[in-house]
Amino acid sequence: MTATRTEAAPIAPTRLADADLDLLLLIRHFELALLDMFGRGELHGTTHTCLGQEYVPVALRPLLDDGDFVFSNHRGHGHYLARFDDPHGLLAEVMGREGAVCHGVGGSQHILRDRYLSTGVQGESAPVAAGVALHLKRTEPGRLALVYLGDGTWGEGAVYEALNMAALWGLPLLLVVENNGIAQSTPTDAQLAGSIGGRARAFGVDHLRVTSTDTEVVRAALTPVLRRVRERSTPYVVELLTHRVGPHSKGDDSRRPEEIAHARAHDWYARYAQAYPEQFGAHDERQRAYVAQVVADVAGRPASRWAEADRG
Amino acid sequence: MAERVVENLNQALHALLADDPALTVLGEDLVDPYGGAFKVTRGLSARWPERVLSTPLSEGGIVGVAGGLALAGQSAIVEIMFSDFVALAFDQLLNFASKSTAMYGRRVPMRLVVRCPTGGNRGYGPTHSQSPLKHFIGIPGLSVHEVSPFHDNRTVLAGMLATGRPGLLFEDKVLYTTRMYADGVVDELFRYDLIGPDADVARIRVDEEEQADCVLVVPGGLAARAVSVARELLLRDDIVCQVLVPSRLWPLDSDNLLPPIARAGRVVVAEESTAGGTWGAELAQVVHRRLWGSLRAPVRLVHSADSVIPTAAHLERTVLVQDTDIHQAVKEVVSGD
Repeated sequence: MTATRTEAAPIAPTRLADADLDLLLLIRHFELALLDMFGRGELHGTTHTCLGQEYVPVALRPLLDDGDFVFSNHRGHGHYLARFDDPHGLLAEVMGREGAVCHGVGGSQHILRDRYLSTGVQGESAPVAAGVALHLKRTEPGRLALVYLGDGTWGEGAVYEALNMAALWGLPLLLVVENNGIAQSTPTDAQLAGSIGGRARAFGVDHLRVTSTDTEVVRAALTPVLRRVRERSTPYVVELLTHRVGPHSKGDDSRRPEEIAHARAHDWYARYAQAYPEQFGAHDERQRAYVAQVVADVAGRPASRWAEADRG
Repeated sequence: MAERVVENLNQALHALLADDPALTVLGEDLVDPYGGAFKVTRGLSARWPERVLSTPLSEGGIVGVAGGLALAGQSAIVEIMFSDFVALAFDQLLNFASKSTAMYGRRVPMRLVVRCPTGGNRGYGPTHSQSPLKHFIGIPGLSVHEVSPFHDNRTVLAGMLATGRPGLLFEDKVLYTTRMYADGVVDELFRYDLIGPDADVARIRVDEEEQADCVLVVPGGLAARAVSVARELLLRDDIVCQVLVPSRLWPLDSDNLLPPIARAGRVVVAEESTAGGTWGAELAQVVHRRLWGSLRAPVRLVHSADSVIPTAAHLERTVLVQDTDIHQAVKEVVSGD
């Protein structure tokens, strides 16, 4: 793992379509706005931002169908925004305001909307997604269940139970691992023996490692993977080496300054700004302003309500 | 002669699979010719090979898969080989299946039942003899039921799935080879009926006898033993004891349990769980709070000792609740005022 962390600075990024760039920037400014609000004491509870990792769900967006299931995790705002383009509903959920996707009951890390679900226990979704994949295989062949995992999640036995069943039963289960090199405060090489690829291979499951943080490059690498999962009804593990630019949650980044600098050096945001300043500048400003407007709108709403009939 | 409990369960699963094409049954070693460790699933996989699945040894994973099927609008029944092993699925039950019914701010139906062969008296030792239902009492969104010889399992299982609320069905292993009661008859002295709007509580009483000296409330696994105790009490001690056996243990069926308890004014709750944090303690606090003015004695709890469950039969008896413990408790409660 160490070798991949010290790789040379990546080459210049591919120029993106405006829509992709807008979505990347929407997620970035959404996350920055949350940290800003926490800093000012305007948000309650906790949150986990995906700063630096925004490109993962953006790359996957056109590869997924509304009929596919997506299982997200604690660090899921980017996953949600890439699926629904609904910053108002998500922010209302985080803030407990009217219009919240789940009436403020779930909050940042427990969201269910159509075929998108996030929950807050590591690895727990993997067998659940295997069950969904079993259903899809039987009744909607060609569709898949995608689970976002972190590198830390590979400490959980549930992941292996799910991989085993998915391989045995030929389930269209795609595990997307956002390996950001750190599990909360613990470096990956201090919590994961062997490798994720080796673990996938032990189950006879294909594994692809992608080191690029370029949305287009990642998308091109993942396109045949999703096709294969759909066509062959088979599990697959995709491991994206990524970089957590922000803290684990709010202000809890205990990494050394050079480690944070290393993550920042790989941040698509600064590199893209440098490569395409004109396109970037206008879109960045527009998304920043849009998110500010979302914040103002949602912050002005009344508190969300949880009706008796909705309490299970 | 009525069918055995294991046959009733097996027929219930056959009927449910036939009725509901969206139902999957899964667990370890379920398929034929083995047909499950206790043969409850015998013959199912031959008829429905696609919907009756033998799984790897992965209790957490299996319940997770079942939760995924339920999330996708299907129904799932899981067999855990020994209820002790449901501990391995605790996360999926506590944090996923039960919570998903409400934590997304709206009602999400989860048609999922986890069947758990449970209890001791078979010499299986400390990790194959427990009655862990108490660990699942008080989990929001999760129901707990126990098989009894009075409740038809097709009705019970179909009812559990229909609630859209995940549930555990504990099945006392000793019950499997005993016979179901039928037609309201227990023996020449006792009759039974199912009371309440959902016929959830079996009420066993001396023929035509409304007034009892004591009510004995037990989960299904202790039902036959409780009836035997009630018979002894009547014949030897001239104590009239009414036995109540709720199918659903959690949420507590207070509406159906409390009126007979109030009429008798005395109640013993017996169960096989080891001491501490028991279902009976939860029932007792409800009875004390709601019926304080009608009680002639405090609620008396009978349960197994605070101990691991030994393997050797003579040692196992020293830990698990015995008929004599229940008998003695009722006598003390009745003679105590």
